[in-house]
Amino acid sequence: MSDSVLDEDLLAGVRDVSPLILGVAPFALVAGIAAVDAGLGLAEAVGMSVIVFAGASQLAALDLLGENAPLAVVVGTAVVINLRMLMYSASIAPHFADYGRRLRAGLAYLLTDQAYALSVAEFGENPDRSRWRYYLGAAASLWIVWQIGTVAGVVLGAGVPDAWGLTFAVPLVFLALLVPAMKDRPTTVAGVAGGAVAVVAAGLPLNLGLLVGALCGIGAGLATEVAGQ
Amino acid sequence: MTGGVGGLVASPRAWVAILVIGVLTYGIRLSFIYLFGRIDGVPTRVQRPLRYVPPAVLAALVLPDLVTLRPSVAATLLDERLIAGAVAGAVAWRTENVFATIATGMGTLWLFRFVVFG
Repeated sequence: MSDSVLDEDLLAGVRDVSPLILGVAPFALVAGIAAVDAGLGLAEAVGMSVIVFAGASQLAALDLLGENAPLAVVVGTAVVINLRMLMYSASIAPHFADYGRRLRAGLAYLLTDQAYALSVAEFGENPDRSRWRYYLGAAASLWIVWQIGTVAGVVLGAGVPDAWGLTFAVPLVFLALLVPAMKDRPTTVAGVAGGAVAVVAAGLPLNLGLLVGALCGIGAGLATEVAGQ
Repeated sequence: MTGGVGGLVASPRAWVAILVIGVLTYGIRLSFIYLFGRIDGVPTRVQRPLRYVPPAVLAALVLPDLVTLRPSVAATLLDERLIAGAVAGAVAWRTENVFATIATGMGTLWLFRFVVFG
């Protein structure tokens, strides 16, 4: 066991993830600001970032908590947003299949869009890499940045006047994620239909407009896919 | 929006939400990493709709924050939020960069709120 070789895999993960930090850090900052705006304290904000550790779902949950939506709607929305990780879990699972349960349980906790995308690409190009060390280097770096960013956001969010509209950064983050998600015709139709229906259905009680919009969007995407075949 | 009462009421609600979302999200992450070998990948029937979850949900989250049909469509079309959102959307499309999107969106919002409309 040569330490330098093992460290190299871990550091390669850290190095490869570093350009993405520029996108993740402001996202984390917004999660902290949104927590303050939803009436949460530092403990809840950090608790959420540690326990949930999934940005888009955290922002959606905070948005709905701030609007006093029913808990079932808050939880349902956040979980639906995180369903995509089912795909990541299935896709990365063969790479971790040889590891023990405890290690796999730990690696699963750190699974994010960025860690997944980076690792699967690297495993394909570089079969000699230690899978878990490379992944850990990338995923743990993201975890640390996410926690620091959340704390900074809470401190910043508490000190800035409402007129600055800092919570407007929440839809901006979603917008930044939405645009690359609309990468072909069916996904674009899903986005356009989901957004349009959500605007029309915005007056529905219990924040159901969001759910109705999302379901219509998914249906429209599937219909477009079927029509194009 | 963040009153003293809201802070008191929000806390246990928030913790319940955090714990339940956290447990379910961890279950999603762990699912195939844990079960691999017992199931051969995600069934196609599940995979296909999942592909449309990100664009549909994200759009349903964004659009109502930028446009509202009340009081009138005309009023909302002149709203600083829609203008800022449109500019940020163009930047997101060109750069696919989260930081650039947030920066131009907030910058445009402030420009209209404090300079043009202010």
